[in-house]
Formats: sequence, C-alpha cells, structure tokens
Amino acid sequence: MKATKKKTKKETETLSNKKPETLIDKKGIRIDGRKLDELRPVKMEVGVLPNADGSAYLEQGRNKVLVGVYGPKEAHPRHIAQQDRAVIQCRYHMAPFSVDERKSPAPSRRDVELSKVIREALEPAVFLEYFPKTSIQVYIEILQADGGTRCAGITTAALALADAGIPMRDLVVACAAGKADGKIVVDLMDTEDKVGDADVPVAYMPNLNAVTLLQMDGNLSTDEFAKAINMAIDGCKQLYAQQKEALKSKYVVEEVEEE
Amino acid sequence: MTSPIVVRVKKKRITELLANGKRSDGRGVTEYRDIKIEPGVIERAEGSARVFLGKTEVIVGVKISTGTPFPDMPDTGVLTVNAELVPLASPDFEPGPPGEDAVELARVVDRGIRESKAIDLEKLCVESGKLVFVIFVDVYVLNHDGNLIDASALAALAALMNTKMFKYEVQDCEIVKKPGYTPLPIVDYPIAVTFAKIGDKIIMDTEIDEEQVMDARLTMTLNKDGHICAIQKGGGSGYFTKEEILEATKIALEKTEELRKLVVKS
Repeated sequence: MKATKKKTKKETETLSNKKPETLIDKKGIRIDGRKLDELRPVKMEVGVLPNADGSAYLEQGRNKVLVGVYGPKEAHPRHIAQQDRAVIQCRYHMAPFSVDERKSPAPSRRDVELSKVIREALEPAVFLEYFPKTSIQVYIEILQADGGTRCAGITTAALALADAGIPMRDLVVACAAGKADGKIVVDLMDTEDKVGDADVPVAYMPNLNAVTLLQMDGNLSTDEFAKAINMAIDGCKQLYAQQKEALKSKYVVEEVEEE
Repeated sequence: MTSPIVVRVKKKRITELLANGKRSDGRGVTEYRDIKIEPGVIERAEGSARVFLGKTEVIVGVKISTGTPFPDMPDTGVLTVNAELVPLASPDFEPGPPGEDAVELARVVDRGIRESKAIDLEKLCVESGKLVFVIFVDVYVLNHDGNLIDASALAALAALMNTKMFKYEVQDCEIVKKPGYTPLPIVDYPIAVTFAKIGDKIIMDTEIDEEQVMDARLTMTLNKDGHICAIQKGGGSGYFTKEEILEATKIALEKTEELRKLVVKS
C-alpha cells in the first residue's frame, strides 16, 4: 500500500488548492487534465490489514482510503443487537492530517451523517439475516482526502466486506457526478466539488440495478440530474470491474504446471 | 424500539393494502395528510412556526445573534440548523446529545435552505471578515408520527419567512439596535418531499407505522424554479432503482409546487 505514483506537473499545481478561474478549459479538459467523463486513476488492494477479518486499501486520485472489517461477532453494547439479523456498525473517519487545515479527530456532524448513509449504502448488499444478534464493524479511515471520500469509502468497504468472507448479494460501488462550469462531469475532485455547482454521490449494485446511496447538494434541473445520475452509474460500472480484478488478484491462484 | 415480529406483521398488512393501491388511513399513495402551518407561535424568538402534518408536530424557532464569519467566506452571514428529537415526542426518543437521526434531520433541512440559497446571506454581513449575523434555526420535534423531514423543512421555511430582524446601525464596529424591524432577506422557497419504498411500491408522507416497515426513503428538495437542490436517500436497508428515482423527480416537481403554495400563502 505504498503510494509510488509520481506526481505529474498538473497535479502538483492543483495541490495548492487555489481557486481556479475556470474548472474546464475550452477543449473540455478539467483542471487535473481529465475529460468530462473520465475517472481519476484508481488503485485497489485487498487484504492489507493482518488483524482485521477483512480489509482493503484504495487510492482514487489523491484520495487514500483504508477500511477494516471485523465480524460478524457478538454485538456490543448488547441492546443494539437485532433478534433476526446482524447490525452493521459503520464509522467514517477522517485522519487529522487528511485535509489542509488539521481536522479535529472528534466526530463532526458531517462524520455522523456520512457514517449513517454509508451504513445504509452497504446494508442492502449484505445477507444480514444469516447472522442474527451479531454485529459487523466497518471502520473507514480517510488518510488523505481530495473530494468524493464517501464514495471512495463505500467502494473500499465493499471490498473489505468481501475480503472478510461475508456473504453479499453484490459488491457496492460508488461514484459521484456533478456540475462544474455548467457541464456535467464525473468523479469530482476537491476543487470541483467546492467551486462547482452540484455534487451527486451515488452508490450502486450493478447486478441488481440498485441505488443504495444517493445524495445531492447544489442546483440541477431535473434533466441535468438525470444526466448526472446516468454518468455516475457509468462511473460505478467502470470501478466495479476494477473491484472484481482486485478481489481476483488476491484470491484466484494461477494454476502452476507441474514439472 | 418496536420488536421485529410486530414490524413483520405490520409490513404484511401494509403491503397487502398497497398492492391494491390503498393505505390504512384511506389516502392515495402520493397524498399528504392535512397540513397546518402556524407562523409566529413563540414571541421571544425572532421567528417561529409550528407545523402539523397529520399528527406529526414540529416547532421551529429562529434566533439571531452576531458572530465572526468563516475565514473562507468573510462576507457571508452564518446559518446553523440544529434538530432536537425531544423525548416527549415518541417512546423511541431518548434524552441526551443528538443521535444520528437528529443529526441527519438537521443536515437535510440545512442543505435544503443552504443549497437553494433561500437566505441572501451576503446581506447579513456587517463588517467583512469581522462581524456577521448568525441565524440559528432550531428544529424541535414535539410529536413523531412519521415524515419528520418534510414537516421540519416546511416549519423551517415558515419560521424563516416569519423572522423579524431588528434594525441596527454600526458604531465603532459595534451594533446598536434601533427601533423597528425588517424581514430576513428570503429569496427562495425550498420545499422538501420524501418518498418511501415499501416492497415495490412508492408512497409519500409516511405515517409512523409505514415508516417502521419501509425499505428505504428518498428526500428531494426543490427550489422555486423547480430545480433540485438537495437529495438524501436513507431510512432502511433497501434501495431504489434508477428508474424509480427519475420517476420520483417528476412527482417531486408537482408536489413541491403544491406544498410551496401553502407556506408562501401563510
């Protein structure tokens, strides 16, 4: 899980988080060199934490996300246990050094809300009814943030759940779309999110056509919204292929021919 | 907490009714309960409103004070939304600091007001970078019979429209109150509508029994131009299909217009 990728000149420039004059140039190229419908480069790795039952690490642009899953195990405190199914306890947390201004490690209201919606994005995928009275703990740590961390957290958490051997209906994968400089774009990075006009994070189970997380802030007409959700789902499908590859690279053993 | 067995029995009954397009209180699937909006119920608050949505009851109080602006937005006033699920409102609410449901409620109401730019916050700047007005919107749930988001968002908007700001003048960086009042600079009227999915049916304005058995909910907040400003999916371990979401945006367009007339009139 080492970040070995060299920083391109364009990326180094955007590190300074200055408010740019335009988010998209005349040729339709975004400030980090991407096209409107292009995702950031993604790296996924499964099984990175020795102590956790399941774990995964993901880099998406400059986002760095680590997820550890524990369980299913006896629910604590006891009163949270459900008689007919497992509960998911999810914590989304940003490291104090993950953003420009140090972030207090105490959970903010944003963290509380995100932990809830991420849990609700993962729950539809998991066969919770197989493990009554237990708890599955999902710990999402944002080591470095660059926009779209809730989506990156969900994509990583689904991998970690799968790595923990927890039966699931499908992987959950998440990607945002939004509006910047009047155009609908996919996978917004931090500056586009802050300066842009709208952000629509979507979590999706491709095999079930199931949207398990949907949020939005900004201003979109209903037609623009329809375009954004389609673009986000297309992004999800691309990431889904990479998720499957990441799992295969840990679990599929190539047959070695005997001598 | 209602036991899972009771919930299962309720779900069966509600699902059977919905299969024939019916609900236990006889409403249509997208029909709201009676809405009553009473502005100005708390004299001590700068603005307030009580909203009844059937038996759901919410009071929103608006208080105004002064403070320093955020460093990255030196010329804009500050908006703060908080929600309290008061323990007298439901056997499921407990005293203590706000839990995740209260935090989510506050943030969804906040996002609707903020993203629609309903309040012209730049008009609330007294001195750039130093002194601005802070608008506190406190959502107080007094009886929980479902659909707290829509009721709270309605009450918040009604309370903001009811808010009176004292007139003032600035002397040596300090605010001196003058007699008389002006209304808050309200420039948009965001309305939140919430959809609930039960089985494969989608309904609006859930009462508590429906809320307990729903698979998922979806809230959309639209501004006066019919643009979407905020969305929140939540409320259970279910999901929506893309087609259901796009259909919901069409219904939201009509419903928000209908509800907006009730607030703007009052």
